[in-house]
Amino acid sequence: MPGHSEASPKSMSSRNKFDLPVADLQKMAKKLRRHVITMIATAGSGHPGGSLSAADLITALYFKVLRYKPEHPHWPDRDRFILSKGHAAPILYATLAEAGYIPVSELATLRKLDSRLQGHTDMKSTPGVEMSAGSLGMGLSFGIGVALAARLDSRTYRTYVLLSDGECEEGQTWEAALSGAHFGLDNVTAIVDNNGIQLSGRTCDIMSLDPLTQKWQAFGWHTIEIDGHDFDQILSAYHKAENQKGMPTVVLARTVKGKGVSFMENNVAFHGKAPTPEEAERALKELE
Amino acid sequence: MAAEASTRETYGKTLVELGRQNKDLIVLDADLSTSTMTSFFAREFPGRFFDCGLEEQNMISLAAGLAASGKTVFVSSFAIFASCRCFDQLRLCLSQTELNVKVVATHGGITVGEDGASHHAIEDLALYCALPGFTVVVPADATEAAEAVRVASRTYGPFYIRLSRPKTPIIYPDSYRFTLGRAVTMRQGKDATIIAAGIMVAKALEASDALAREGTDCRVVNMHTLKPLDETAVFEAASETGAIVVAEEHLAQGGLGSRVAQTVAREKPVPMGFVNLGDRYAVSGKAEELLQRYGLTAENIKESVKSVVQRKQHRQAGRRPSRLSN
Repeated sequence: MPGHSEASPKSMSSRNKFDLPVADLQKMAKKLRRHVITMIATAGSGHPGGSLSAADLITALYFKVLRYKPEHPHWPDRDRFILSKGHAAPILYATLAEAGYIPVSELATLRKLDSRLQGHTDMKSTPGVEMSAGSLGMGLSFGIGVALAARLDSRTYRTYVLLSDGECEEGQTWEAALSGAHFGLDNVTAIVDNNGIQLSGRTCDIMSLDPLTQKWQAFGWHTIEIDGHDFDQILSAYHKAENQKGMPTVVLARTVKGKGVSFMENNVAFHGKAPTPEEAERALKELE
Repeated sequence: MAAEASTRETYGKTLVELGRQNKDLIVLDADLSTSTMTSFFAREFPGRFFDCGLEEQNMISLAAGLAASGKTVFVSSFAIFASCRCFDQLRLCLSQTELNVKVVATHGGITVGEDGASHHAIEDLALYCALPGFTVVVPADATEAAEAVRVASRTYGPFYIRLSRPKTPIIYPDSYRFTLGRAVTMRQGKDATIIAAGIMVAKALEASDALAREGTDCRVVNMHTLKPLDETAVFEAASETGAIVVAEEHLAQGGLGSRVAQTVAREKPVPMGFVNLGDRYAVSGKAEELLQRYGLTAENIKESVKSVVQRKQHRQAGRRPSRLSN
């Protein structure tokens, strides 16, 4: 991956470029949710539920925590955000647009022929997308490679990997969990968007994960449980993870699938279904 | 008996040489480093070697993360685990991204021997050749293996290099230089061409010697790079010799034979013969016993050449074949 160092003052690069207060983070999250609804409705297909559940977790990262330069997507010292649950591509694209990586107007091209915004994330297509995803369970492994590279190069960037709870059914997630602990990587933070629902039903009915926290603990991870829609808790968890030394941290965020749109909340049907124009209109009204 | 050398031992030594030149070269293994010989690198550069344990899927995606961060990553395991066990990861994390990861697998083919069918990698070339963006190389001896590894290390993008478990005959002098994607004509000839890769190249040379004694002038081509295929060499073989036999330590489908046949069918149809494992798994046994049992010997190549030469002559005489050739 090409990259070049820059002689910029440390103070400039050591902060998030937005650094929004919580009230503004809430407004931003709502805006991103509106983008998600519009994008998926325009495309006529996509996965609204998992984008909406992850919206607050991602908003907090991009508008308060991560250090990055949209004008230099490959800036070597940038913090990395890796979306392992690649079907939540719309919330990442919306975020990258508001963060300055791509024009907001481009969001309307989602899933269309020749768009840079592929149905699932593709690192070769979209500036700011760190990893190609879509087949579940690979992101944490990728993130551990990125975090190992930071250690080898004595770089201080942090790596954040967002997983779904359904992804914790993939064996590779646990291979990665073992290796993250084995290598003692305290520069990687895993975030589980624990919305309790997967494609065909409730996670506890399809393949039970409980007790999920104890599983991660048994695999050698520092665990933090939060409400994934409470910005104070989210920011506090990211901060604690950063200060945890010698072992990786996983933030287990209890979330609501479809969060913010009443008829999508906890509704299995909206895992991978686009809203009709009428539904989109209702949803956007609720998100005003 | 020709002098022999181990492709995997040469690989291990070459990695150390490359590690000295490139501080961004990282090596991963899956609990097989004393067999794949990445242990040499691990001893010399412990900070740049990571044993991923028995986690081949994790290893491939992790390698992609390292490569996305600017590293040149060599990944090793047995060919069977480095292909079948992690195919989805190879596809999404390496093929679709074209990241700079070199999968160098040892223990290819049935010459793994006594460990049996579970350990015989005979589908690996089909799987890797199916992946867009991958370069696929099967070196014919230790000298070529070292050269291929060096070339891979300085060529951006994903590679698959398949090595063997047993020592194999030395074919090339140390002065040999490997050119990616360009086949090596080992012998000139006008009656037929044997196109081979890996351990079958030495057997092709042996077969060509035996055929020469019987008056058949046979070309031998080492097609070390399966992908991208040297289609010019295939076209020349078809046009100039009019009959082709492809020999490989692999199943019939998806490997070198399939790839050569596609080019021949498109550019210059001529009678072809195929020396491979067919559509079946092998059993436990010594490498040489298995090569005999499953038809991967110089004698098998020789018989196949005689058959295609006969078919060529029939065709030239305007006779129609009375039955399917095997």
